[in-house]
Amino acid sequence: MTKNHYRYVLRLGDNALILGQRMTEWCGHSPLLEEDIAMANCALDHVGRARLLLSYAAELEGEGRSEDDLAFVRSDREFENFLLCELPIGDYAFTMARQYLLDTYHYHLFTELVSSSDETLSAIAKKAIKETTYHMDRSRDWVLRLGDGTEESHERMQVALEGMWNYTEELFERDPVDVQMIAEAVGPDPEWLHSKWQADINATIKEATLSVPEKKWSLSGGRNGIHTEAMGHLLSEMQYLQRTYPGLNW
Amino acid sequence: MVDVMSFTDEQCQFDAIIEAEEKIEPRDWMPEKYRLNLVRQMSQHAHSEVVGQLPEGNWIGRAPTLRRKAILLAKVQDEAGHGLYLYSAAETLGVSREEMMNDLLIGKAKYASIFNYPTLTWADVGAIGWLVDGAAIVNQISLCRTSYGPYARAMVKICKEESFHMRQGYEIMQVLAEGAAAQKAMAQDALNRWWWPTLMMFGPHDSESANSQQSMKWKIKRQSNDELRQKFVDQTVKQADHLGLAIPDQDLKWNEERGHYDFGPIDWEEFARVVKGGGLCNDARLEARRKANNEGQWVKDALMAYAEKHSRSDVDQVA
Repeated sequence: MTKNHYRYVLRLGDNALILGQRMTEWCGHSPLLEEDIAMANCALDHVGRARLLLSYAAELEGEGRSEDDLAFVRSDREFENFLLCELPIGDYAFTMARQYLLDTYHYHLFTELVSSSDETLSAIAKKAIKETTYHMDRSRDWVLRLGDGTEESHERMQVALEGMWNYTEELFERDPVDVQMIAEAVGPDPEWLHSKWQADINATIKEATLSVPEKKWSLSGGRNGIHTEAMGHLLSEMQYLQRTYPGLNW
Repeated sequence: MVDVMSFTDEQCQFDAIIEAEEKIEPRDWMPEKYRLNLVRQMSQHAHSEVVGQLPEGNWIGRAPTLRRKAILLAKVQDEAGHGLYLYSAAETLGVSREEMMNDLLIGKAKYASIFNYPTLTWADVGAIGWLVDGAAIVNQISLCRTSYGPYARAMVKICKEESFHMRQGYEIMQVLAEGAAAQKAMAQDALNRWWWPTLMMFGPHDSESANSQQSMKWKIKRQSNDELRQKFVDQTVKQADHLGLAIPDQDLKWNEERGHYDFGPIDWEEFARVVKGGGLCNDARLEARRKANNEGQWVKDALMAYAEKHSRSDVDQVA
């Protein structure tokens, strides 16, 4: 086991956890009762996935930490999720556009991870791909419906895509962690993922009568613990009990 | 074909179904007041499930472990599911979900007043599962025998999930009660705050309950408010003892003669005040529902517009 292997799995876990935490914010506040149910259901899949991945990351680290230690007593500088996951939920267009971009990313990622040389990761991917296929169907449907709905929903969906576009390149960055994982056949090449992802996204955006935003900047840093200001607030809420009463059982 | 059945025949047939403990189904004739009574009760029940997402939802983001977060999410998702299920059952009575929802948003329809109390600590999530869902189960088990078929069947399904909810709440309380002093104090404080409002959930005393008598006659309601409340107290005292927590009632004691626990007087003034809008969270709960509804309007409009566009283009393609 190497530090890079730990960080690779940790990043996957952090993405699932932070996005899942964001999704739970819709609970009881969605535009439709059906969406309260669907969003909670998908959030639950993300939290479940985070548990598997963080437990495994803790095991790889080998310092006796648990999934909860990793989730609740790390600071924001120690979280390695994509910035896109932590951005505030915005309106329903923003939420569903983000879900779609990340579901599509996860769909291609987990499809590849099924044949990972890391058997545990492969087993987690086999479970996750089933959920992700359904998540992506759903979020894609929302992009189509809001994009090709009313003038207002079209405008909101376009604004949402523009607002998050600068954060998408981070999904496909390649650093020494990735390089080693590619070499060991643990994970796929992000560049390969990028081409698959881009093709799907472009097709959906076109079908939704929207336009693919122009990338102005590439905003990144999450994978090295440099986050947006939103992250500290997310963690303040999520970690509140464990920080207030350290070391207790719940 | 002309309906040859006279009003009296229809009434007799309805009465006979009720008498024989059989179910009234959506297409059966029913007295208008029976229908309205059911619409009121079932929509109120559905609203309670939907508003009930909010107090517990308040702690999903702060759940202390990932396991607890997952369980609480699943539970709150169940509540929304119950709401959907109950609205659908109520729609068989000829009222739409939009109409029912609108009555909630304009303050005409009620929901369980217990949800107007705030969830202040993590122990409140435990207390809601244990006490509030526990009380709901006592009520709902009785409703599995209600005379309206769709409502009775909805209750059978809902009761199964509620019993899981109650167990998860009790388990939260158990861990806290066996935990550090701060956790035990948190659990006791939650019990102190939720106990009396939970007893109020069963509604006014039988002698004071406006809707109860007719509902009992129609077998919509199968046991009286006071009977159900007593049943809840009797079962819950033992559970509190097991947790090592004290129920906040000095008058609570076993009555050998009655075979039940006696308990102190309920503060019906507080009950009336909170029902009428004077609880800490009445405004916040309704505001949250209104906000979801208003801010969701553009989403609903988009769905309709998309469906219309695409059904039209499907027709064009076929033509």
